[in-house]
This record gives sequence, structure tokens and C-alpha cells, in this order.
Amino acid sequence: MTAAMTASHGDDVLAPPRPPLAQDWMRLLRMGAIAALSQMFIALSNMPVRLDDRLLVKPVLSLGYLVLLLLPFAVGYRLGFQAERAGVARHAAGGHEILGGGAAGALAGVGLSVLAILLANFDLRDPLVNWSPKLLELLNFGRGTSFAVVIWPAICAGIGAAGGMLRLLRPRAERAVVTAVAAVLAVAVLEPLVVDLAEGLSLEWLTDRLYARRGGVSWLSALVLAAATGVFSVLSSGRLRQARSRIAGLEGTKYTGANAALLAATGLALVILPLFAGKLTNELLANVGLFVLLALGLNIVVGLAGILDLGYVAFFAVGSYSAAVLTAATSPRISPELPWFAALIVVVIIAALVGLFIGAPVIRMRGDYLAIVTLGFGEIIRLLFLSDWLSGWFGGSQGITNIPPVQVFGLTEVAGTEPRRVFYLVLAFCALAIYVSWRLERSRIGRAWMAVREDETVAEAMGINTANAKLLAFVVGAVLGSFSGAIFAAKVGSVFPSSFLILVSIVILVVVIFGGMGNIVGVIAGSAVLIGVLGGPKQPGLLQEFSEFKLLIYGALLVWMMLARPEGLVPSVRRSRELHQQEIVQDAWLREPSSDEPADSAATSR
Amino acid sequence: MTADASATGARPLLETRGLNVDFGGLHALDELDLQVFEGEIVSVIGPNGAGKTTLFNAVTATVAASSGDILFEGESLLGLDPNRVTARGIARTFQNVRLFANMTVLENVMVSQHCRTRQNALGALLYTKAFRREEREIRERASEILGFFGRRLVGYRFDQPAFTLSYANRRRLEIARAMATQPKLILLDEPVAGMNPVESAELTGLIARLRDEWGFAIVVIEHDMEVVKEVSDRVVVLDHGTKIAEGDYATVASDPRVIEAYLGSAAASKGD
Repeated sequence: MTAAMTASHGDDVLAPPRPPLAQDWMRLLRMGAIAALSQMFIALSNMPVRLDDRLLVKPVLSLGYLVLLLLPFAVGYRLGFQAERAGVARHAAGGHEILGGGAAGALAGVGLSVLAILLANFDLRDPLVNWSPKLLELLNFGRGTSFAVVIWPAICAGIGAAGGMLRLLRPRAERAVVTAVAAVLAVAVLEPLVVDLAEGLSLEWLTDRLYARRGGVSWLSALVLAAATGVFSVLSSGRLRQARSRIAGLEGTKYTGANAALLAATGLALVILPLFAGKLTNELLANVGLFVLLALGLNIVVGLAGILDLGYVAFFAVGSYSAAVLTAATSPRISPELPWFAALIVVVIIAALVGLFIGAPVIRMRGDYLAIVTLGFGEIIRLLFLSDWLSGWFGGSQGITNIPPVQVFGLTEVAGTEPRRVFYLVLAFCALAIYVSWRLERSRIGRAWMAVREDETVAEAMGINTANAKLLAFVVGAVLGSFSGAIFAAKVGSVFPSSFLILVSIVILVVVIFGGMGNIVGVIAGSAVLIGVLGGPKQPGLLQEFSEFKLLIYGALLVWMMLARPEGLVPSVRRSRELHQQEIVQDAWLREPSSDEPADSAATSR
Repeated sequence: MTADASATGARPLLETRGLNVDFGGLHALDELDLQVFEGEIVSVIGPNGAGKTTLFNAVTATVAASSGDILFEGESLLGLDPNRVTARGIARTFQNVRLFANMTVLENVMVSQHCRTRQNALGALLYTKAFRREEREIRERASEILGFFGRRLVGYRFDQPAFTLSYANRRRLEIARAMATQPKLILLDEPVAGMNPVESAELTGLIARLRDEWGFAIVVIEHDMEVVKEVSDRVVVLDHGTKIAEGDYATVASDPRVIEAYLGSAAASKGD
């Protein structure tokens, strides 16, 4: 990112490879030990056993084993990493990297060996529920403990060495290998999606070739696929990157034009794609869309106005319940049985009022206190819907059922059994939400939000009514959240208090943080990755097998993200500025040593 | 019209009457009477802890007055929110520069016009003609204000985040931001602190131009006596929250109480 880091890339002369034994042994040991412990943890999380049924490459690799192989690879690869510093010659990669990777990988494998010995000799099933003979069998391949003790360090050493070896390749070759492996794994892991899509496009003959009968890519197709994608990667050789940098280099109107074209293409793809996709994919898209809608709403509150709202699910709940009461005939107290779109108008008003009601006390607070209070309100709303006191209105824990589908002006009907239509409905509202976010951000209101986020006291002193600005953010967020809720109610056909657990708030927040707070594209990307691939609080994602371990993976991803890329997947300019102030100042200083104002130089070095 | 405005008996622009600000047992301001007239530059000086910044905070409603009254154009400011005070026409800068660091230079000045602009969320969503016109005006006014500081804050600097600015430029941007609220009175809290002599001389000239070209009345807290001497029509000296001297620079500088406040009772007559 900094000028110093990019400057040295490529052209500098590499020092000869280091001798294989000149390792940084402490670092190697530390990383190996961490990997070993993590391997034991992963094994005991039951992920390998649960995912063992899912074959990836028949008959060599199952998803369960893949989970155990990721870490040795990562450690091996990471160990060969040298920070590039300007003026310091880098060593060429060589035996040093392979040996180091292998050794660290072996250490990671030792973790599993130890676990196998422990499993064979002790029964710790009481505290550790996944301490099972099944796990032992998985680890020793059904050939006894001594086999497991030997084989795991060997396998992991091999994988680690492979990770290290990747460093030896030229960038182009490295990219080809990575692309090939990633392609095979993606095609294997995303089998249900690929099959579903292929059916829609009537390409069954392709998937029949690709996948073995009972799941998994056959090893032959895996090889072909790897070769094909590898060759493709070499041929295309970074054209994509070139194109991207060319677009980024465009000026003014041309850049906007390119962006608009890209946006139109994406929009068109989103409209056309579902026509060819099966139920499964459409269901997935609809779920992702609902979360995009929620995340866009929360993004206005958290990302733009900087109000950390931990109870955002409240508005989702209010939207769902008010839509349910207004449209369902079975609603306990009042059932006006409005058509969905008419109800939506009332829903928006109710959500805005609830937003005002919750927001008014909340926005007087700042920072941690505010977060805690919103957390409380989120729970209060759910408990109110659950309570006996209001069960005459909302059905208590029985919820409201038989919510009718959405009638789109007598033309068509959007029910949960037709995920494609639901998706189109969600898409329309997402487009609306995107427009609202985009317009507001670039207006007087949006600037006021930014100022409030930066420094509330100063914003107030600069003439901004911070209370009103924050309240408006809260209300706009509430309304967007209620859209999602209203669609959710019609899609599922029933609402229960248990759909609005605090976990939903947390997941939406994680989506926003992971994707890139304050950036619309980032928020959408975050929803696609987390909700689409891993699954939402109650919705399965692409990797249905992982749904049990979703929260574990969320957590791991979030930790990794905070370490590696705290600004999120697709960061907003402002947010990355905030997190990289020093580097940016340094860069600016390196680029132009303040030639136009010699008088300032003394003050700069303050 | 400036120094002797008080003599003509005209209504002061800003007036504090018996203003008290207490923090627990500490009297930060004690029965302070102060008047600032239109078109005047008043310096407030005094040793550390004399209550100078508290005076600014009280006037801008950042801290509450314990008793007494603050009048602006004859109307009391007590009980108003800080943003209402700014809307009435009082802008300030901060002693420890507090810009919106991650917003660009231009955005910093644009956002400060908030209380002078009207377009609401609906206008932004419908992208009305009025909205677009106002956006354009905000932008134009912002670049006009930034242009006041010469070439330093214009051009490519418009789109740079404020934190990349040099220290002196940050201070200038703070003043630009205060100007953007279209005030009648600007409170400058140590505007040249941390600047080198060349820069502070230049800013001194700028303060005078703020009054002459833009018509602002200015109250400035300053420790640099060169600056005080140069810009002030009138100097007010605070110590322990009370006004101990007032008058033009020469009068105040020779006042024994002022010398005592600055140098202690065993004051050498050297002065600073």
C-alpha cells in the first residue's frame, strides 16, 4: 500500500537463496505450534467428521479432510513470506522455503498425531462432546493409531512444503497453480450450485461428466479442469488486472461512464441470471438480497452516521410483524387484510415512528453507552412480541401464520414457493435502497452524518443539529430494515419472535464490517460472501454443510479481517483513510516534498 | 469606528453580563462583563487557566453558564444548543485543531455551511433543481472561502483529506470552516499557536483582512504578544476568571496588575 512497499516490487536484484537450514527457527516453531493447536481445535470442532461425507474429488479428498489440510498449507506458504523493504535485497526463494514450509507443516501434523494418541487412550467425551471413535477412525484411516501418528506429520509436511514451494514459482506460474487449485476446489465445493445452474441452462451433460455419481468431482475431470484453468490463467495473464487499472486510470466523465456501464452490466446480469437458475440458487439469491437490504440500512446508521446500533434487528422485526398483522387474515386482534403494497405504506410509517421512538433517547448517548442501549432495545422489541401481554395482538410464541403472498398489482403473485419472484421483488427494493444510500451520502445530509461521525462536538459547533442528523439516520435505517422485514414475512408466510434473535443484529453488523463499512458495494459483497456462501442466521448458504460451523467461521473471518484488512472487503475511501492515516501522510510526503510552501516545512515536522 | 465604538454607546454585538461558570468548586469565570462591538478585533489574554477558553465555550454553549447572561445582538444565548448559537452568527476555532480529519478540505468547508442551507433528504432523493442549485452554491462558496488563503488550500488540495495538511494549513482550514458558517462574530482560539514567525506574521495580516474584507467581528485568544499588539483594537486581560484589565495594547501592557498576573508578585519590570 505504501510507496515504499510498491517501489521495490519486481525489478530489484534478488540475493541468492538462503541455505536451507538458515531458518528463523523460533518463528518456525511458534507458527508450527500455533498450527498444531489449531489443528487439534479444528478436529475437535467436529468439522472433519461432519464434512467427511461430502466428497470433493472422488475418491481422494473429502471436505472433512480438506479442512485439516488448509492450515499446514497456509503455514507453509506464510513462512516463506518476506516483507519487502525498500533498499533491502530480497533473497530468491529456494530450498530454504521448502524445508521451512515442510517443517512447519509437519509440526501442524504432530498436533493431529498427538490428538490421535490421546483419542486412542483416554475418554474425554464428557467435556468434549466431539471426542469420538469416529474422529479417531478419520484420523487413523482405519489402520490403527501408529499409522495416524506417522501419516499426519508426513501429509502435513508435504502440504506445507508445497505451500513453501509456491514461493519458488514465478508470479505467473504461481497464479496459474493457484487458479487451477482454486477452480477445482470451487467447482467441487459449490457442486449443488453448479448442478442447479447447469440444469437451468440445460447443460446436464457437462455436470454428468464433471461429477461422479454420488457427489464429488471425479479425479479425471479434476485434472482436466485444473489443466484448463491453469492454461487459461497463463494465457490471460493478468489482463483482468490491467483492465481494472486502466478503468481506475480513466479521468472524470470517462471514469463515471465506465462505472455506469459496469453497474448496468451487473444489473442486467442480476435480472437475467435468475431466469436460468433453479430454485436453490434463487432461494439463495433472495436470502442474500434480504440481508443486502438490511445491511444497506444498517450501513447508513453505522457506516455513515457512526451510530453503533447493536439492536438493528428490532426494525426487521417491526417490519415483519406490522406487515403480518396488516395482511394476514389470521392475525389475532386486527386483520385489515390489506394488500401487501398498501400495507407497506403503513409499515414504513410504523417503522419510522418506532425508529423515532427508540432513536430519541438513544442518540443523546455516545459510544459504548449508545451501543449497549441499542442492544437492549433490540431485545425489548423481540420480548414484546413474545410477551403474554401483547400475545392478543401478535400471537406470542405462536407468532402469526398464513401470511398471504405479495400481489404485484394483480399481475403476478410473489410467494415463498417461488423464490425467483421473491428475488425480483427483493432486487427492486435493493435498488431503491442503493439509490437512497447513494443520493443521501452525496448531499448536505450525508456530509452532516460524516461530520457527526468524525467529531460530534465540533459538528455541533459548526452549526449541525447533531441530534436531528442522527435521528434521521436512525429513521432511514429503520425504514430500510422494515422493507426487508415486510418481504421476509410474505416470503416465509409466518413470523415468530424466534426469527428476530440478537444474533441477527450481530450477523448484519458482521456483514457490514466484513464487507466494508460505509461502502455500498462493500456491504453487498459482504452479504454475498457471508450470507450467500456461509448462510445467514437461519438460512442455509452455498456451503450448506458448514451451516453448523457458521459462527465459528464468521468469528475466524472477522478476526482475520481485523488483522489483515480492517477496512473491509471493499473499503470506503474515507474509512481506509481513517485506518491508514500515517501511511497516506507518508506517501504524500514522499511524493511532493511541499514545494509550494517552504514556510510550512518547519511546522510539518512538528 | 472600531476602537471607540464602545464610547459611542452603540449596542454591543456580544455582551456578557456577570457571567459565572463554575466547575464544582472552581470558578472558571467569575462575574465577567465583556463587550464586543461590530467590526472590532478584541484580544483576550491571560495566564494559563485564566478562563479564556472557558469564555469561548460558554459563549458557544459548549459549557453551561452557572449564572449571568450572554447577549448576542441584544438577545440572550442562554439555553440554546451549540448549533443554534452558530446559526445566530457565532463561529469558533479550536485551540487543539479539531478538523473533520478524514473528510476532504473542500468537504470540511462544505459541511460547515449546514446551518445556512435548507435542502432536506427529500430534495436529495428526488434530486430536485433546487437541490442541485444549492449543492452548486455550497461548492462555489467553499472554494471562494478557501481561495481567501491564497494557493495553499485550493486546486488539488480540495480533494485531499484534512489530516494530510501541514499544521499551519490545518489552522487555516479551521478558520475557513468558521467563515463558512457565515458568522457575524468569529472566536479564534490561539490561531498562531505552533506556527513559525513567518507564518504567524502572515496569519496576523489575515486576521485583519477577515475584519476588513469580510466584516467579521473577531475575538482572539492569543499568547503571542506580537500578534496581540498587531491585531487588537482592544485587549482584555483575564486572570482567575475575572477581568483584571482592559484597553488598548499599550495601556494593558503597562498595567501593573497584568504584569503581576503574568510574572508573579515579585515582578521584574522587564515584561515579556
